[in-house]
Amino acid sequence: MKYALVGNPNCGKTTLFNELTGSSQYVGNWPGVTVEKKEGKLKGRKDVIIQDLPGIYSLSPYTLEEVVARNYIVNEHPDVIINIVDATNLERNLYLTTQVMELGVPMVIALNMMDVVRKNKDEINVKELEKRLNCKIVEISAVSGEGCKELMEAAHQLEKQRAQKYLKYEGELEKSLEEVSALIDGKFEHHLLRWYAVKLLENDEKVAEEVELSESIKNEISKIRTALEEKMDDDAESIITSERYERIGSILKNIYVKKNQSNLSMSDKIDKVVTNRWLALPIFVVVMWLVYYISVTTIGTWATDWANDGVFGEGWHLFGIGTSEYEEDAAAYSRADQILSAASEGETTVIIYDDEDVEIETVAITDSVVNEAETIVEAGEPDTSEYGIWVPGVPVIVGDVLESAGVADWLYSLIIDGIIGGVGAVLGFLPQMMVLFLLLALLEDCGYMARIAFIMDRIFRKFGLSGKSFIPMLIGTGCGVPAIMASRTIENDRDRKMTIMTTTFIPCSAKLPIIALIAGALFNNASWVSPSAYFVGMAAIIVSGIILKKTKLFEGDVAPFVMELPAYHMPKAKGVLLHMWDRSKAFAKKAGTIIFVSAIVLWFLQGFNWQLEMVDNNESILASIGNAFAFIFSPLGFGNWKATVATVTGLIAKENVVSTFGVLYGFAEVAEDGVEIWGTLASEYTMLSAYSFLVFNLLCAPCFAAIGAISREMGSAKWTWIAIGYQCCFAYAVALIIYQLGTWITTGVFGIETIFGIVVLAGLLYLLLRPAKKSE
Amino acid sequence: MKTLRECRPNQKVTVVKIHGSGPVKKRIMDMGITKGVEILVRKVAPLGDPIEINIRSYELSLRKADAEMVEVK
Repeated sequence: MKYALVGNPNCGKTTLFNELTGSSQYVGNWPGVTVEKKEGKLKGRKDVIIQDLPGIYSLSPYTLEEVVARNYIVNEHPDVIINIVDATNLERNLYLTTQVMELGVPMVIALNMMDVVRKNKDEINVKELEKRLNCKIVEISAVSGEGCKELMEAAHQLEKQRAQKYLKYEGELEKSLEEVSALIDGKFEHHLLRWYAVKLLENDEKVAEEVELSESIKNEISKIRTALEEKMDDDAESIITSERYERIGSILKNIYVKKNQSNLSMSDKIDKVVTNRWLALPIFVVVMWLVYYISVTTIGTWATDWANDGVFGEGWHLFGIGTSEYEEDAAAYSRADQILSAASEGETTVIIYDDEDVEIETVAITDSVVNEAETIVEAGEPDTSEYGIWVPGVPVIVGDVLESAGVADWLYSLIIDGIIGGVGAVLGFLPQMMVLFLLLALLEDCGYMARIAFIMDRIFRKFGLSGKSFIPMLIGTGCGVPAIMASRTIENDRDRKMTIMTTTFIPCSAKLPIIALIAGALFNNASWVSPSAYFVGMAAIIVSGIILKKTKLFEGDVAPFVMELPAYHMPKAKGVLLHMWDRSKAFAKKAGTIIFVSAIVLWFLQGFNWQLEMVDNNESILASIGNAFAFIFSPLGFGNWKATVATVTGLIAKENVVSTFGVLYGFAEVAEDGVEIWGTLASEYTMLSAYSFLVFNLLCAPCFAAIGAISREMGSAKWTWIAIGYQCCFAYAVALIIYQLGTWITTGVFGIETIFGIVVLAGLLYLLLRPAKKSE
Repeated sequence: MKTLRECRPNQKVTVVKIHGSGPVKKRIMDMGITKGVEILVRKVAPLGDPIEINIRSYELSLRKADAEMVEVK
């Protein structure tokens, strides 16, 4: 048995779905689109699958969600439709109901939020409404679970029942519909006759494409349509829409009795402040700061560090017990060590640095100081595992087991660096992701998310994005993976795709070491380098938005921004947590597979040579591939194999670019900002080629984790490749322009490659400035 | 012709006709802006666009460019 849930956005559909299915949920995408697909088994009746359809207002052919929903009902034949109707917003909710009825599938209406209606002391005559609609109605409260049992019983009764009756209109419209029905009778399954009659009269483009009708019938229908349009002085689509609302108006007459007409609701009062002309922006900034602070600066980062350095690193102190004692002792040891090495070089004073290379103090070297230092150093370097309750990391535990079993080197490396490293790369993101998803679920659930779009729309729509794109971009400064996942909150498919494609242009925290490396090595740590990276990122988003908006990929029907601002309400813990859990699970499953596989493939490529012997990075298959492709980057000023390999290893994680450089220049390990290789880089690069390298690495394809997230969110391989391809081409173009024109301007040397640079710039400007094609 | 775009906050108007065609018009009408319905203009967004209206007892926001299609009195 298949039950389909249909209803408006914000009518409590998700809550009801959770209530009915419990934890047995599958969350994915509808094939080929970024629309979320959820299904689950009914609690207590495993033979019933509940399919949650996208929240929609209508069954028009103009939005993906609507097309997905109606195609599902027409093609997949659910046995029963459960139509959730928000009792506090009957008129608009029943508008969808009248359309769904025409699809002829047995239907029951779940009249949700009746508790709110009663609390407002309003009344709805449900018995009478049931009679007028000719459809079974069950009163429920999805939040408390009240009425859900009755609803399922009613649905059970309807299985294998006759088709749902549709509503008839008055006068001319009904006459025209009957004429069309007579023309096409027998061409479709009987229960869909009314649906096709309405859609053909409306001249619905999608239906017109799909159905096969003879030219003469098509002509007859269009004659009926023209006659109707002339009589009623409007287009058929609008006539039907108006008539539907008229019909609902007459059905609801004397059904809904409102006690207090004019009082402002609680939600209205909140909105008076929250979207107030003067207060809206400051409040917005505070909310965004909180989201950022919690998910990126504090809890999110702690969680990521714990997962990466603790669980998938050396280990961690349970509940942090012992951490501070260890840190104190480690600092004392390091101080003693620095004193001794200065003393051995005959210095009289020494500047002590902490582990982040910050100066702490200057110590005068005396005998007593040296003696004291010697005692500390002789006691040995403090070992974290001896403090507090130490839990070793997964690699340490597994590594010990493997060592005692005496496995071969390559197997050890495969398990520790490849498999555990790959799993760690996936799970390392999860804690932060869960924190972010929790916050997003809260924002969505309480109704503020819609207000964000309302407040920010004016800025973002100029470059083809939604007001809600703000959150992904903000999160993107921390990490691109949750940022891409955050785009889920954008309803419009085009806006969402555009956001997914451009979000990773914002430098994430893993790109900061690259910026630090280039700024330090070539620009003497000039203070403008780092802000310029963010500026390049933002400019890339704006330019890409404008360019992409005009391309074939995104042209066509612009989705109008006509958006409901749902009433605020208290988020429900259960719903928010389930929401967070679903999204985290979906990430781990879908993005996880890609991240895991790529991590293993790259482990292999950078650890082995063509003879399949284990070698260092710089002799690996990856290095030879880098070598072969280095020429591609020579117009950008960094056509050497080291830069190419560093860029490729950046795909695993962007901070790898710096460590790979370190390895390739002969250091086993370098500091985060690669200070050891600044000198070498300064001699091999010019300011321009280094900046071009930086820009390319900031804008090109993100790390595999983010690519996995892109593929998860796009829901199609084609769009994933489009996104990555676009990012790489754009990065290449920008780096090329910077290097070639920069070289020309600063040195006056004009060559073939300069012409190449000018052509690319001209092309980019053309794409940017050409007029947008007007769509019908 | 007066359109929804020109309305001030807290003004109450009645829809006369929806102009234009295609997806935008359909969407506007789907959301309940049909001939004869009463609209209360609530406010303009802090950056000047879009606007928020109350219609059929719920809150709806739409851009000024789209509001221009709605003729009111």
